Amino acid sequence: MQIIEQPDPYDVIVVGSGAGGGMSTKILSDAGLKVAVVEAGPYFDPKDPVTQTQWKWPWQSPRRGAGTRRVFGEYDMAYGGWELEGEPYKHVNGTNFSWFRSRMLGGRTNHWGRISLRFGPRDFKAKDKDGLGENWPIGYQDVKPYYDKVDKLIGIFGSKEGLENEPDGFFLPPPKPRLHELYYKKGAEKSGVTVIPSRLSVLTKRINNERGICVYCGQCARSCNLYADFSSGSCLIFPAQNSNGQVDLYVNSMVREVTTDQNNKATGVVYVNKEDRKEYALKGKVVVLAASACSTARILLNSKSERNPNGLGNSSGLVGHYLHDSTGSDRGAFVPEMMNRKFYNEDGVGGLHLYSPWWLDNKKLDFPRGYHIEVWGGLSMPVYGTGFNPNSLNKHLGLRVGGYGNGLREDVKRFYGSVVGMSGRGESVAMKDNYCEIDPTTVDVYGIPVLRFHYKWSDYERKQARHMHDTFEEIIHNFGGIPLGDKPSSGDFGLLPPGAIIHEVGTTRMGNDPKESVTNQYQQLHDIDNVFITDAGPFVSQADKNPTWTIMALSWRSSDYLIDQLKKQNI
Amino acid sequence: MDRRESIRSLVLGSLAGSILLEGCTSDETEGFVDKIWNYQYGRTPQELEVDRKLLKEAYFEESELLMITTLAELILPPTPQGTIQQANVPEFIEFMVKDHQPFQTTIRGGLMWLNNYCNRTYGTNFVNSTATQQKQLLDQIAYPDSDAKEQKFEVEFFSLMRNLVVTGYFTSQVGIKELGYVGNTPNLWNGVPDDVMEKHGFTYDDWDDKFHDPTNSSELAQWDEDGNLIS
Repeated sequence: MQIIEQPDPYDVIVVGSGAGGGMSTKILSDAGLKVAVVEAGPYFDPKDPVTQTQWKWPWQSPRRGAGTRRVFGEYDMAYGGWELEGEPYKHVNGTNFSWFRSRMLGGRTNHWGRISLRFGPRDFKAKDKDGLGENWPIGYQDVKPYYDKVDKLIGIFGSKEGLENEPDGFFLPPPKPRLHELYYKKGAEKSGVTVIPSRLSVLTKRINNERGICVYCGQCARSCNLYADFSSGSCLIFPAQNSNGQVDLYVNSMVREVTTDQNNKATGVVYVNKEDRKEYALKGKVVVLAASACSTARILLNSKSERNPNGLGNSSGLVGHYLHDSTGSDRGAFVPEMMNRKFYNEDGVGGLHLYSPWWLDNKKLDFPRGYHIEVWGGLSMPVYGTGFNPNSLNKHLGLRVGGYGNGLREDVKRFYGSVVGMSGRGESVAMKDNYCEIDPTTVDVYGIPVLRFHYKWSDYERKQARHMHDTFEEIIHNFGGIPLGDKPSSGDFGLLPPGAIIHEVGTTRMGNDPKESVTNQYQQLHDIDNVFITDAGPFVSQADKNPTWTIMALSWRSSDYLIDQLKKQNI
Repeated sequence: MDRRESIRSLVLGSLAGSILLEGCTSDETEGFVDKIWNYQYGRTPQELEVDRKLLKEAYFEESELLMITTLAELILPPTPQGTIQQANVPEFIEFMVKDHQPFQTTIRGGLMWLNNYCNRTYGTNFVNSTATQQKQLLDQIAYPDSDAKEQKFEVEFFSLMRNLVVTGYFTSQVGIKELGYVGNTPNLWNGVPDDVMEKHGFTYDDWDDKFHDPTNSSELAQWDEDGNLIS
């Protein structure tokens, strides 16, 4: 069997259709370029009634929304999870990393929390403060114009706060906080913790005539069929298909490697078509990799040749290294004052209405880098799990737990919406020794060598998690709550395993020195000038911020540079 | 068009894909088509195939389903607001044990445990025991010791059944109505109702100007160059 070649070359081949690939596709096609988008999963449009889960009731599913097949519940709109059938990954020396993949047009943007935080001036230069990790070769002022453009193109709500490291943007008005968020605010502010309206890419106000506005169903994780939340398909790929250029979508197409010529220029990609299981080659003048930090590293490392024995773009030996995920730890609390609630429609937007940005100075603390706090709770739609242990909270009231009979009906109603939770999401320090690499012993079902991971948390992250839990307890007591479960007091202090927060960044970090980095500040490989990376691989550090807004700002910046270089015939 | 035909055309129209290719063949009973019709929930063709298979298989025997129903009615006895049959709780439990296989041994073994206990204690099986006897039995297993590190098997089994029955009920149409959940519908969120705010001692007055005004949300957003919203 031979590789089937597509004869006509593209100007650009974009690998991956999530936040980074979607933005590259939009900007490059708007500039009139002929673009191929190669996506490993199926086509997906949030508007399609066949795949739509928005507005579904739990009783419309035989499993009532349980997470037995989709890990975040069956109505969650990510085709994937930490484990994919036929696509294994391994670990080195018993270390741990959980690798989430969403195989579909738009990737993980279809289900994410839409928390859209700009990195601030300090986030790009964290080493200046604590001597750890590395500074970015760029600063906030380099990225600010692109954050501004992303705000206006995609839409984000928030409030102008004038906080130095939480830069304001072009915000739509935020929704009012819900009851549990007001309890959180009361408790947090007593402890000096800043609380401000959240910043989510959800349209509380119209920004164009192609997308709808939020109708407050709280279901952004199901991907909005009104296009009122940001998903890469609805906001970038579909508009790109109507732009000046030409966009061809290749779905169910799993890229194996980037091909090169004798001059060590990239010539295109080879992919496996999952439907006929044959190999195809696409030709392109430029290749943009945006497959996710780890998938992009995998493609580069699998693109071995005599010219590139360690894989493509890997003369530094750093491809795969400095992989890092956000830290995360959570705690819930029972609030007796919130028992016997009056029911009203409190769905709101599909995420928090308030949050706490990092509020402290690390000079006075025993760990570097900060975390933000997300709040959850409320009168949300029942789903599989609602009513489990229906009266376990009785033990906090001195009442008997368990039983049977219609008293259980009253228990469920009495306690509904009386639990508030907090999630700390923080910055870990990027370490060279946290990495992914090719496992020479294993391939996936498409015959492509898979990744193995080596990842360990350090005391920086453990101490940060300990601080999170001290803060959570203090806030809970301040608002009259009773903390649930035990406070983690040893080991990893409740840190979730690396990969659990699904913010993988840093496998192809940017820098000025080709020995210490994989790409330059425009996310162009140091080694090969016609390969760019526009996922979160080039992140030097990830702040305590969710990476999506920065992925898109940098993808736009990188695409502008690429267009300019093509015009100047430098590529 | 008779009802069955209309159901079929709706299925074909909305699910497409694998159902169209493989569904509605001669081995499909009307009951099965009805089942799939009830469950329109955005599956991929692969997911739909998995669920079709699970829906067609039977795990429990009739006698076991009868026990599950009896137990479920003790856990949530029928009221005018809803019954476990209206909530399709037995069908839900039947599906979940196929979907999540670790439940199988616990539940099948637990049902045997119930019969075994009743045979020994009352000289008859669980279903044929009197309501008083059944309740005497449940009183032994329905109250886990929340301080204990581990619970006896029969207590774990009953807790699992209670969880499945209660969640099955409160995720059903009658259960959600009884609970009083009123969302999952388009609306304009404009904050917690005044009486609730007052009861809990909160106010939006300090920061009202920050929040969105639902009355002008369909006007195109415009900003000045400093990012202040001007429309």
